[in-house]
Amino acid sequence: MIHHVGMAELKIATEEHALRTFGLGSCVGLALYDEVAHIAGLAHIMLPASPNEAPQHVAKYVNTAVPRLASLMIERGAAKRRIRAKLAGGAQMFATLSGVDLMRVGPRNVEATLEALRSLGVPLVASDVGGSYGRTITLECLTGKLWIRSVQHGEYGI
Amino acid sequence: MTHRLYMEERIADALRELGNIGAGHAAAAFSEFVGEPVTMRVPLVELVAFDDVTEALGGPEAPVAVTYVRVSGDVAGHLFVIQPLDGARRLLSSLAPASGEEWPLSAMEESVLEELGNIMAAHYLSSLADFTRLTMRPSVPSVAVDMAQAILAMGMLEENPLGDFALVIHTAINVPEEQGRAHVYLFPSPGMERVLLRSLGVGDGV
Repeated sequence: MIHHVGMAELKIATEEHALRTFGLGSCVGLALYDEVAHIAGLAHIMLPASPNEAPQHVAKYVNTAVPRLASLMIERGAAKRRIRAKLAGGAQMFATLSGVDLMRVGPRNVEATLEALRSLGVPLVASDVGGSYGRTITLECLTGKLWIRSVQHGEYGI
Repeated sequence: MTHRLYMEERIADALRELGNIGAGHAAAAFSEFVGEPVTMRVPLVELVAFDDVTEALGGPEAPVAVTYVRVSGDVAGHLFVIQPLDGARRLLSSLAPASGEEWPLSAMEESVLEELGNIMAAHYLSSLADFTRLTMRPSVPSVAVDMAQAILAMGMLEENPLGDFALVIHTAINVPEEQGRAHVYLFPSPGMERVLLRSLGVGDGV
């Protein structure tokens, strides 16, 4: 069964299940998984930093979403030392626009996520970020395989 | 199922009126451009869940051709002029020789699209500005062809007290026979609906 993860949302699933989020543009999709316990989590994150320490929408911001996703997985039985990360998205959909802060949201989301993973001590094993195209991603909980689909490039796994 | 928040009818009415004025002028510009009469739907004014913003376009992955304009001035926000990709292709092929294999659109086609989007956005904003006596300056337009949600997310990034809901003023413009269609989406920046409503003598925000 494929569970849908909406914008500014995060979810955990296990075993034969998969997690999918649609249409990542400048947003990033962070996939965490424990290959032994077959527990995985996916977050659709929109912005690099929350306006305060306890935002209402935890999954919307990198600084709150990344630790929450990891701790939910550990609660479900994942071992912290086994958790691995994959990252997709962070595009600049309007390549010709510049100067406005919002235009660099994609790259800033990626940088912030890498930083958050480093401070948690979770290794990033694969990523498909940047460019100027949208991505729909699907995470297999059993294997940690992340499928990436785009209008232009079809579907491939990382 | 689309998830919406409740909005007071008098507020929705006032914003719908603004959408009507803006889109009416944008539709006239579209009609002139395609050389066909067009019809316009009554604008939808909604507080809609992020995930459902693309529903009218065929869902989050629907391929669309978009001209985007950032709005600044007394009223700030994000304006998108959107066509389903296949409709945009049909329209472009009627205006210029087919491009061949280039994906998704040739540079020439993109610049035609940019020009059309720019004209429509400028008409939309200038008629709204005239009516409300507020300034609304469009940025240089930018074109993208991709999944609808990946592009429209640009209008939902600002810090927002409604969390994962966005205020959207959406108008669909149809070309009869040709099955062409354009959508104009205005996302006022959070709080900007208050400025718009005040200019109409309608109090409070959404």
